[in-house]
Amino acid sequence: MADIPVHEWTLLTAAKAVRDKKISSRELTRALLSRIERINPKINAYVTVLPEAAMREAEARDEEIARGIVRGPLHGVPVAIKDIFCTKGIRTTCASRILKDFDPPYDATVVERIRAAGAVLLGKQNMDEFAMGSSTETSCFGPVLNPWATDRIPGGSSGGTAAAVAAGTCFAGVGTDTGGSIRQPASLCGVVGMKPTYGRVSRYGMIAFASSLDQGGPIARTVPDAAVVLAAIAGYDRRDSTSVDIPVPDYVAATGRGVKGMRVGLPREYFTEGQDASVKAAVTKALTSLISLGAEGVEISLPHTGYALSTYYIIAPAEASSNLARYDGVRYGYRADGAKGLIEMMSRTRAEGFGEEVKRRVMIGTYALSAGYYDAYYGKAQKVRTLLRRDFNEAFARVDVILTPTAPTPAFRLGEKVDDPLTMYLSDIYTIPANLAGIPGISVPCGMSPDGLPIGAQLLGKHFDEESLLAAAAAIEREIPLRRVAPFEG
Amino acid sequence: MAITREEVLHVARLARLSMSPAEADKMREQLDNILAYIRQLDRLDTTDVVPTSHAVEMGTPFRDDSVHPFEEKEEILKNAPDREGDFFRVPRIIED
Amino acid sequence: MEFEAVIGLEVHAQLATESKIFCACSAAFGAPPNENTCPVCTGMPGVLPVLNRRVVEFAIRTALATSCKVREKSVLARKNYFYPDLPKAYQISQYEMPLAVSGHIDIEVEGETRRIGITRIHLEEDAGKLVHAGAFAGAQTSLADLNRCSVPLMEIVSEPDMRTPEEGGAYLRHLRDILVYLEVCDGNMEEGSFRCDANVSVRPKGQKEFGIRAELKNMNSFRNVEKALEYEIRRQIEVNLDGGTIVQETRLWDADAGVTVSMRGKEEAHDYRYFPDPDLLPIHVDRAWVEELGKTIPELPGEKVARLVSRYGIPRYDAELLSSSRRLADFFEASVAAFGGNPKVTANECIQWKDAVAAGKLSPETIAHVVEDRETGKVSATASRKLVELVIETGKPVRQLRDEKGLTQVSDAGALEAIVDKVIASNPKEVESYRGGKAGLLSFFVGQVMKETRGKANPKVVQEVLKAKLG
Repeated sequence: MADIPVHEWTLLTAAKAVRDKKISSRELTRALLSRIERINPKINAYVTVLPEAAMREAEARDEEIARGIVRGPLHGVPVAIKDIFCTKGIRTTCASRILKDFDPPYDATVVERIRAAGAVLLGKQNMDEFAMGSSTETSCFGPVLNPWATDRIPGGSSGGTAAAVAAGTCFAGVGTDTGGSIRQPASLCGVVGMKPTYGRVSRYGMIAFASSLDQGGPIARTVPDAAVVLAAIAGYDRRDSTSVDIPVPDYVAATGRGVKGMRVGLPREYFTEGQDASVKAAVTKALTSLISLGAEGVEISLPHTGYALSTYYIIAPAEASSNLARYDGVRYGYRADGAKGLIEMMSRTRAEGFGEEVKRRVMIGTYALSAGYYDAYYGKAQKVRTLLRRDFNEAFARVDVILTPTAPTPAFRLGEKVDDPLTMYLSDIYTIPANLAGIPGISVPCGMSPDGLPIGAQLLGKHFDEESLLAAAAAIEREIPLRRVAPFEG
Repeated sequence: MAITREEVLHVARLARLSMSPAEADKMREQLDNILAYIRQLDRLDTTDVVPTSHAVEMGTPFRDDSVHPFEEKEEILKNAPDREGDFFRVPRIIED
Repeated sequence: MEFEAVIGLEVHAQLATESKIFCACSAAFGAPPNENTCPVCTGMPGVLPVLNRRVVEFAIRTALATSCKVREKSVLARKNYFYPDLPKAYQISQYEMPLAVSGHIDIEVEGETRRIGITRIHLEEDAGKLVHAGAFAGAQTSLADLNRCSVPLMEIVSEPDMRTPEEGGAYLRHLRDILVYLEVCDGNMEEGSFRCDANVSVRPKGQKEFGIRAELKNMNSFRNVEKALEYEIRRQIEVNLDGGTIVQETRLWDADAGVTVSMRGKEEAHDYRYFPDPDLLPIHVDRAWVEELGKTIPELPGEKVARLVSRYGIPRYDAELLSSSRRLADFFEASVAAFGGNPKVTANECIQWKDAVAAGKLSPETIAHVVEDRETGKVSATASRKLVELVIETGKPVRQLRDEKGLTQVSDAGALEAIVDKVIASNPKEVESYRGGKAGLLSFFVGQVMKETRGKANPKVVQEVLKAKLG
């Protein structure tokens, strides 16, 4: 532990060191704050950094330790969260001009729980505007750069969180995943990211993009780290009507369970001819590692996979168009100047406040719900969604988990796909189905491309079976040790 | 069945997004591509399929009819772009 | 050509819950601007709705009281449009799958009973209030008060079964009475807790197809609804007779001018883009819950009126007045039970004093005693009125007051004889005239006796004694 720099420790190591009084929360926090100061200007992972508040919190956590008080498993550990979670008194922007100075009147449930577990909040992290994107290039604060290669994107929409974790500027983060926005950036940044089952983590205070698809989840450098963060934020919340009242099992323990006898499904639709060779090779390695530990590979089919992207790009924009309608310049956020009447005020506010991708999706969504088109688009998509869920239900009768690549390629270059929305949307083909079905998914690093870019394997599980995913991902992690902190010093 | 510029402007008005004719044309092209791709769903027969309106299969939970005042009115008003006393102030609706 | 009108009514009833429909803010009326607000009902980023159980209960009970079928599963949907008093830019309502459907209420108009169908009952949230700054038309801004956002509403839509403004008025009043009986709404049109929009069309008598309809808004009393309907029906008939066509549009009732005015051009066609709200799951209502709530339904106004008429033999008009409030009707029955007095007289007393009854200032015993004293001739009508006023003022028992004020009538003929004799003796000339045929002078003698007794004599008894003595 002495020769590994603090910022490269795992969260569990850091938490134990604080509890054992081997290091103070202040030391941990100071170390990360100075690292953020040095390298964040280069990668732009943080939107807001909270040096004074973080040190105050660290001090308070240290005082508690001195008195023998441990709030929870994250006590004294500095973490950060995607700027989509409301933090009272701390501006929350969704990386959008329209919320640039928004000061929430309340804390999100996720924020309350992180704090209740004793964590120190370092700041709010950059993201694609309103979580709409796969590269974190649509942020009004400028793009985030991948610490593994700064001419590359980190993935999105939780690109800031994944990059910050991979750059060693926080011990873990909490992101959100609507079509892959935790898993895909985790894969591209060489870290672990998990989207829990829909309803596992409260959405109260998580600014909504697509309500039936959004879930908050951990991004961390190891599977056990991700497990402990998940345990802190998961659980029933009465303020979220879609929150499910099921007890939170011991996720950390699950990571040690092993995979003997586990049936691992391999959907043929996710392993195709023209696939990126390095991605295929890396995921194959993940499979062989599981088999070597006693798991069994089973070929399966998820026949409607090809329709998932279309289904998603109707449902998500439709819900988003309604969720984002509240940004009208009346009660909060940006308001356009000099409008002559109410309609002009609202229309110019939104045209000036939203970026291009957000506007595109609001337009698609409004169109898909509009009179005459509802049945053909939204109505149809909801039916196809049922077929996609059925595919998974049938598969999970035969297997325990499903293994796929997380992303079709390693990180692509900045600006490479911004001009063609459809090409960008295709980055999410492997991750989107899980959101539509509401099932949990995790991405764990399993290889590197010849260019030295991380590649992740995705595991999908049954509803509320995060434990199997954690067990399998942890097994892969133990068999394929990979560097988790990018060699980036700014 | 391409989307027309009129439809784009109509949708933009429904969504309260100001849009110049040039912007509408660019948007039209992009939406057209996306919608063309999305229409692949027409190939699927979904005649007897029940739509998934909700990701979770249970009834909506209830809360008791008891009052818990928020009690921080200023927090609700503090982000107002324009305000008069405790009201939110907005431009009048003018007849088109 | 003869035309008939086709009328459907849409009622929005504010539900009398303590808290709002999706958050725990108070639903009480009259708070300072933006006082009863929280992040949820003001549509802050990231907030989520949670449904108030009592709102669902109230709607189920209303459905049962109107013979509607309660759906086991109904869906809350978003109705999307932009307005400053609508914080989320959508109203959570119900669209394709409302809570209840297919009911009816029976109304009485001019002695005839008609059944008016109810198409649906559904839940939704209210919007806030937009006030226009400055008292002058040139004001450039409006002010938004979000207190009323998310106050629970129940929308009740009738079938287009009504044919006259009177039927419309009767339907509204009866529906209002039912809601007040159930204690789900206070039914006050003037204060906005009970609102009505109307859909009106006309068609040639005998035609099956409906004519084109207009929607009427801005009617803030039952009387105004009737007047607006009257006007609009006449207007539409005239348009038809002139060879014109009715435009499907929304029209506002202008109570001062007594006309409906077109809103065309002021209101854009709305495309509400309804879809099921993904933040709320479907409302599940099982049979057991419905049955349990069924037990809480009191005797409803229609049943009560019929029962009062048949059990007490009072006129229907009186029964309807008594039934306008459950409390008054119960009071009436308790008053009759307390003494067993003449129900018609008791009814009159209850109706006369209904405001005091509502204010809790009178007890059934008081009325029972008053009726008894009137029937036994102990107290005159004038005196009993005065006594009741005193009871309201002082709260003292009526008989105590009667004795204190000495308001007991003298009804004993024997006691009055002496005075009658005295009056006869003092007025010989009038006696002669009377005996000579001037029957009208009887009232003179009665008056004299009343004067002598300082009003305490029972005039009827006096009359009889006089008649007997004068011959």
